[in-house]
Amino acid sequence: MRTIAIMNRVLKELFRDKRTLALMFVAPILVMLLMSVIFNTNSTTNVNVGTVSVTQKLNKEMGNIKHVNVKSYDTKSAAKKALNNEKIDAIIKKNGNNYSLTYANTDSSKTAAVKLAFKNGLTATSISQLKSALKKSTTGMVKLQAQLQAMQKQQAAASATTNSAAAAAAAKQATATKSTSTNNATKSTSQSTPKITNHYVYGDKDTGYFAKMLPILMGFFVFFFVFLISGMALLKERTTGTLDRLLATPVKRSSIVFGYMLSYGILAVIQTIVIVLTTVWLLGIEVVGNMASVVVINLILALVALAFGILLSTFANSEFQMMQFIPLVIIPQVFFSGIIPLDSMANWVSDISYIIPLKYSGDAVNAIIMRGSSIFDEGWNILVLLVFLVILTFLNIIGLKRYRKV
Amino acid sequence: MTNAVIELDHLAKKFGDETVLKDINMSLNKGEIIGLIGPSGAGKSTVIKVALGMEVASGGSAKVFDTVMPNRQLLGRIGYMVQTDALYDTLSGRENLKFYGIMKGISKQEMTKEVDHAAKVVDLTGDLDKRVSGYSGGMMRRLSLAIALLGNPELLILDEPTVGIDPALRRQIWKELGSIRDEGRSILITTHVMDEAELCDRVALLLGGKVMAFDKPAALEAQYQVNTIEDVFLKAEGVE
Repeated sequence: MRTIAIMNRVLKELFRDKRTLALMFVAPILVMLLMSVIFNTNSTTNVNVGTVSVTQKLNKEMGNIKHVNVKSYDTKSAAKKALNNEKIDAIIKKNGNNYSLTYANTDSSKTAAVKLAFKNGLTATSISQLKSALKKSTTGMVKLQAQLQAMQKQQAAASATTNSAAAAAAAKQATATKSTSTNNATKSTSQSTPKITNHYVYGDKDTGYFAKMLPILMGFFVFFFVFLISGMALLKERTTGTLDRLLATPVKRSSIVFGYMLSYGILAVIQTIVIVLTTVWLLGIEVVGNMASVVVINLILALVALAFGILLSTFANSEFQMMQFIPLVIIPQVFFSGIIPLDSMANWVSDISYIIPLKYSGDAVNAIIMRGSSIFDEGWNILVLLVFLVILTFLNIIGLKRYRKV
Repeated sequence: MTNAVIELDHLAKKFGDETVLKDINMSLNKGEIIGLIGPSGAGKSTVIKVALGMEVASGGSAKVFDTVMPNRQLLGRIGYMVQTDALYDTLSGRENLKFYGIMKGISKQEMTKEVDHAAKVVDLTGDLDKRVSGYSGGMMRRLSLAIALLGNPELLILDEPTVGIDPALRRQIWKELGSIRDEGRSILITTHVMDEAELCDRVALLLGGKVMAFDKPAALEAQYQVNTIEDVFLKAEGVE
């Protein structure tokens, strides 16, 4: 009863604070829109491609594509040197029938541009190859038809003297020419699908920077705003004396904590839904898995953030001191959340990520959005988040003893 | 078994190394108004906090309704007014009253009656549906007092209730406090306004963590051979 009353009160306060509410909903959308624009603009990036023993034709086709410059190198080592000096962004090397591509990959949009240019160049080359093959075979066919007609005429002329042997020989010749022309055609198609291997100097193949960031970003916004706003709210209760007054009634300490959890839980659900819908419809991000699972995981994360915010607010004496937790608590979470590949860090550094709640939610949401995992496959990540939640909630209920001894 | 509502017995309170209360002996009887006076930092608020069970006594004991504090259930029988206004700005006066009413455990049926009564006492009936952020300082103070009055508590603990309230309303509030006392309920009040101290049944003069004097205002004035409580206060502090 009291828990519900506290929840109602907190919600009422929140929904009357229009600016904070707008911050919670509009800011994430705005930032994500900005980010998607910033990280997905490969159309205007100029890329320099170095090629080694690639056909003139492919070089020319790629060079014809806008924003792509092609430079041909004699040896691979010369191209490698240019790659290291940042003169070129990628090397395309032909080994027999196969291609080996090496990307600098310091800029994922450039890598994407090179991939696209190579693909287009290759398609254009194979199309022109096909075209010429087709031309050859059609001219062959025309010739053959002419030959056949000639033979038929011959046959008609020499109807009395049935020169069956000659006719048979002519027919044989015709089939032979036909088969060679088809052979040619099949040969050219098999040539147009060479094996392509990709190498990256830095990082790995991600579908795109933003796509990978998105699930973590979503969690980050939920975590950040719930942490900050709930922490501030409880801080305000403390500094204005309402907490003292609240605790001077027979209310249980746990009721206060749960009341806050319920209200911010509701807010987090709405916020997550808004963020998910925005990213899906406005930014056109594909969610392979179940959207409800994404909301559930973000809800748990929000509750962790809430408990964390309330706990830390007891160590702050003013709003400004609460803000000081952002570089201490929020920013490090971003580093270890998986936005920056953890395997590129030293072991002891990446081990820190095990105590970062954002990492677990990021992993789980990532798997759901990008790989379509079910929520039950992410049981481990959810379990860890729940452990965080239980411990922090418990600490909060104990922590309120500071203000009332029972 | 006395009829003491609050009984502080050799109460001591330390915060770390700092001793705030040394030896407090005080009792508040049924149907009595006790004024707690003393300079800032004398420990008035600490006495209140211990009585409410927000702090635990380091020595001695604090009993309310014959029960050793802290005790959560007893808090439902105490009306407490904090020094700061302690209101939710974004809520209306009525919503504030209702919220604290639920926290105190007032039933739904009683709520409207209780809220209206408390608002009437502090003369806020007309402004009850305005948001608190639009209230004047005096109105906030009155609403804060109204919250303490909710549910007819047997014990009222008021921390400087009349700061920022104009004289006419102050008189009205004291009249109400008087009638609360006459109903047999008890009031512990801290104040800086010395002519208010004269209105109390007994006055406890708190200085340096000790109760320097605890008696009827007139008796205190006689003891210190002065005419007003203000002079008692000054004399006890050693200003004169």
